[in-house]
Amino acid sequence: MKGLVPIVAVVALLATVPLITSSNVVLNFLVVALLIALVGQGWNLLGGYGGQYSFGHAAFFGTGAYVTAILQVRYGVNAWLGFVLGVAAGALVGAVIGALSFRSGLKGSYFALVTLAFAEVLRIVASVSPITGAGVGTLISLDLRPMAFQFQNRAPFYWIILAMVGLSLILIRMIEHSRFGAYLVAVRENEDAARSLGVNATIVKLCAMTISAAVTAAGGCFYAQYFLFIDAGIAYGSWISIEALLAPIIGGIGTVLGPLLGALVVKTLGELTKIVTGGAPGLDLVIYGGVLILVIAIAPRGIVGIFVDLRGRMRRSKAAAPASLERGHG
Amino acid sequence: MGSQFLLSRRRLLAGTALGAASAAAGSIAMPAVLRAAGTPVKLGVLHPVTGALSYSGQQGRLGASMAIDDINAAGGIKALGGAKIEAVLGDAQSTPEGGNAEVEKMNGAGVAAIVGGYASGICLAASQTAARYDLPYIVDVGVVDSIVSRGLKNTFRFGPGFGVIAKTALDNLVTINDQAGKPAKTVMIVHEDSAFGSGLAKLLNAQLPERGFQVLETIPHPTPTRDFNNVALKIKAQNPDLVIPANYYNEYVLLARTMQQQRVRPKGIYSVLGGAASSYKFVKEFPESAQYIMDCNHWFDPKNPKALALKKKIEDKHEFYTYEVYMNYSCVLLLADAIERAASADRAKIITALENSTFAGHVMPYGPTKFVNGQNQGAAPVNTQVVGSDILVIFPAAFASAKPVFPMPPA
Amino acid sequence: MLSSVILFPALLNGLMTGAVYALIALGLTLIYGVLHIINFAHGALLTAAMFAAFFGYQWLGLDPYVAAIGLAPLFYVLGYGLQRFVIGPAAHGEDRNILLVTLGLAVVIENALLYAFRADTRTINLPYAFNVIEVGTAFLAVPRVIAFAIAIGVALALWLIMRWTDAGKAIRAVAKEKLGAELSGIDVAHIYAVTFGLGTACLAIAACLLIPTYYVNPSAGNAFVLIAFTIVVLGGMGSVAGALLGGLFVGVIESLSGLYLGESLGQIGIFVMFILVLLFRPSGLFGERA
Repeated sequence: MKGLVPIVAVVALLATVPLITSSNVVLNFLVVALLIALVGQGWNLLGGYGGQYSFGHAAFFGTGAYVTAILQVRYGVNAWLGFVLGVAAGALVGAVIGALSFRSGLKGSYFALVTLAFAEVLRIVASVSPITGAGVGTLISLDLRPMAFQFQNRAPFYWIILAMVGLSLILIRMIEHSRFGAYLVAVRENEDAARSLGVNATIVKLCAMTISAAVTAAGGCFYAQYFLFIDAGIAYGSWISIEALLAPIIGGIGTVLGPLLGALVVKTLGELTKIVTGGAPGLDLVIYGGVLILVIAIAPRGIVGIFVDLRGRMRRSKAAAPASLERGHG
Repeated sequence: MGSQFLLSRRRLLAGTALGAASAAAGSIAMPAVLRAAGTPVKLGVLHPVTGALSYSGQQGRLGASMAIDDINAAGGIKALGGAKIEAVLGDAQSTPEGGNAEVEKMNGAGVAAIVGGYASGICLAASQTAARYDLPYIVDVGVVDSIVSRGLKNTFRFGPGFGVIAKTALDNLVTINDQAGKPAKTVMIVHEDSAFGSGLAKLLNAQLPERGFQVLETIPHPTPTRDFNNVALKIKAQNPDLVIPANYYNEYVLLARTMQQQRVRPKGIYSVLGGAASSYKFVKEFPESAQYIMDCNHWFDPKNPKALALKKKIEDKHEFYTYEVYMNYSCVLLLADAIERAASADRAKIITALENSTFAGHVMPYGPTKFVNGQNQGAAPVNTQVVGSDILVIFPAAFASAKPVFPMPPA
Repeated sequence: MLSSVILFPALLNGLMTGAVYALIALGLTLIYGVLHIINFAHGALLTAAMFAAFFGYQWLGLDPYVAAIGLAPLFYVLGYGLQRFVIGPAAHGEDRNILLVTLGLAVVIENALLYAFRADTRTINLPYAFNVIEVGTAFLAVPRVIAFAIAIGVALALWLIMRWTDAGKAIRAVAKEKLGAELSGIDVAHIYAVTFGLGTACLAIAACLLIPTYYVNPSAGNAFVLIAFTIVVLGGMGSVAGALLGGLFVGVIESLSGLYLGESLGQIGIFVMFILVLLFRPSGLFGERA
């Protein structure tokens, strides 16, 4: 299948990182960046390819995280099984929210706001329910065995999240080349026209949302295993909803590598600003926000958009050259 | 000012941290014997200085930094040839991931130990990460009991946990009530709905009835809460003898002001870990709302000259002497003592030194330290009451400077 | 709990709180209704206005209600400038980019405030802050009654502006049909900026109304944003009357659900209502049918 080469190349390159450095600072940084890339890729399917911007992806992230955490802590379920169930639960929540929203014909800003509201409702419920530990949160016990999906070293975590990101990249590429992908883009570009051509827009959007939710929920499950502690604000807070859309939009919305690129850039920017400003609270984030605005002003279609523009410009200048030569001759 | 100095130190250390990081993990394995005499001992100082908890984080950092400055001014770590302590400041950004990332960086920078965290969630994540490297971690404030019940050898908590706080609060309440002739029977609890508030409310709900009190209602509220008028209404309608608030500073102040506005005046306001109940800032800004409020909270030893000297120094800087300041101050002193006794910056030796610690040079009313499973056994909260424009200790008798005024006189 | 002793004051409380929410939502609904953007920076701008009101009292001794007279035009200019020179140009007109620009703006403003003024909570203590007016079984705090009156007044004024002035008509024209408005000679970029400016001015007044009873720190404004969005949707995008009525309605709902479900769970009442409105009547309870 075409288009897999860049993906394989990128993943292979990233896979070598733990072999080059044993610095846990770097590994931890990359694990978090890859986690955001995964969550962002989920968002990208629905938002980039489907054109439906969600402001509440925390709903799926948090569900994945809580389901796997609660199953392990309260019911002694194995961590890997919990992971699978967490992803399934996230997908289910996505399907429900999607069904409710799309059947009511919600689009654009209304859709964005309703997803925000759902995430907020889940957050409030999680903050008072006994099963999630309410305010106290849920703590997964330290149990450094691979069977419990915990590792002494950072490297296995790194490879696992990298594998997950790689799979998501392949998944998106496959969708891009599939009929479903074509329907999805058609719905994004002009929903009415698509419907008139026989595309069941509601089902298409619903499928996209379910898959999107599953991918993001996987990120949530991983978070729970990596950090071992979640509470309502962490699981369902707006921070993750924002990270989920920031990475793809900066990196290149509706592209395969966009979320990964965006996550790396955004996280690196955060670190750089911290170093530059030293210890003064707030200053680093001021610069971060300012750079964000600049990036959007300069590269409205994200980083991938810059490359696409450049390539387009190069092609056009190559096409123009022989013509001028001809004219020169004649 | 001091922060200028801290700024450039941080920049330097951040650069060193990344440099050390990319050069692979050589620094961690450096054996103690190769340490040249006088090489600074690096100490990780981790607080949420940005984000929702930034005020507390900044106060915590202030306390820790003052302690480091004081120790260095007094000659550093004598057992290591007068080695100075060098702070590696970390911003946890009010999230566990933030705390986590900082611990990694501090480890990469080769710190001997880490102090801080403040919020329970941050402490849990950070101490767990530190455990991977057998890096000693002293929790400054975080009160959830799970912090010290995970079997982590590296984690120590200098201050008290929930269980002790709730029990002490109730014991003292019963005593105060008895001494006043038992005027209070009914109680309403108002708590914030995250880790500390919920945990505390649960314990109180279990134990209050056993001590002869009736809990009329328990009201959780989010942080932040925009308006307490309904809560005040409910209190007014049910007219409990006692109101027990457990929340953070802003909500506490809002609640107290609203109660004053609505003319709600129970026989007593007895907070447990009340966010503003024992805060000089609150007393200064809203003296009428603050009058006679009792708190069971972290407090310095009012009879300790060191504590009073620190108070003066902090107030001279126009800062408030809040619990984050003196608890962090004490934690750093505790750590320095452990390093002295270990005569080494080796992590394992520091952990052993902490385990055997009987440190009494801190500013808290705990007596000498004694750690069992990481929890300092002597740690306990103290009862205070706002009288006039001052906050006085009313319990335990060993540290008290005033008798409780209970029930509250009418407005 | 159903006794009128509690219910009546709770209702009045809800109305007073709701009026201030309405004012905050007014700004948002204008911006949302005309520019069709979700303004992520709304909370941060509110915080900035609250700091301004605070310092007005602290340094100049200005009573916040008086300060509003000066702060409203000041923040109008600020809002105008932000839209005209920052958000508009940076976003290149794309919806998602506007989103991110306002997000970036929110981060910049909030953290600039943190850097400049630190994290401590600031409050003011007006001499009459604890005076109450007794109405039946309710004790109404004087600042909240004043806030209620002013909020309603501003909403009415804005409604009149939208109805009767040329600028107001131009705004409504752009909101309804941008291309047509442009073709009729309306300077759309200018109208966008005017709208943003009006929205920000509303925030400035709301800040002055809040500061006597609330507090300010760099993240104080964020607590009001989600509720403002709820009101905007409830009231109908771009509808001034909708924002006012929606605000009062939401205030009462919040008060009553807080009473019956507790403050934490009670917040759910608002969002559930929000979701139901979106699913079944997205044009809002008071908006025109789409």
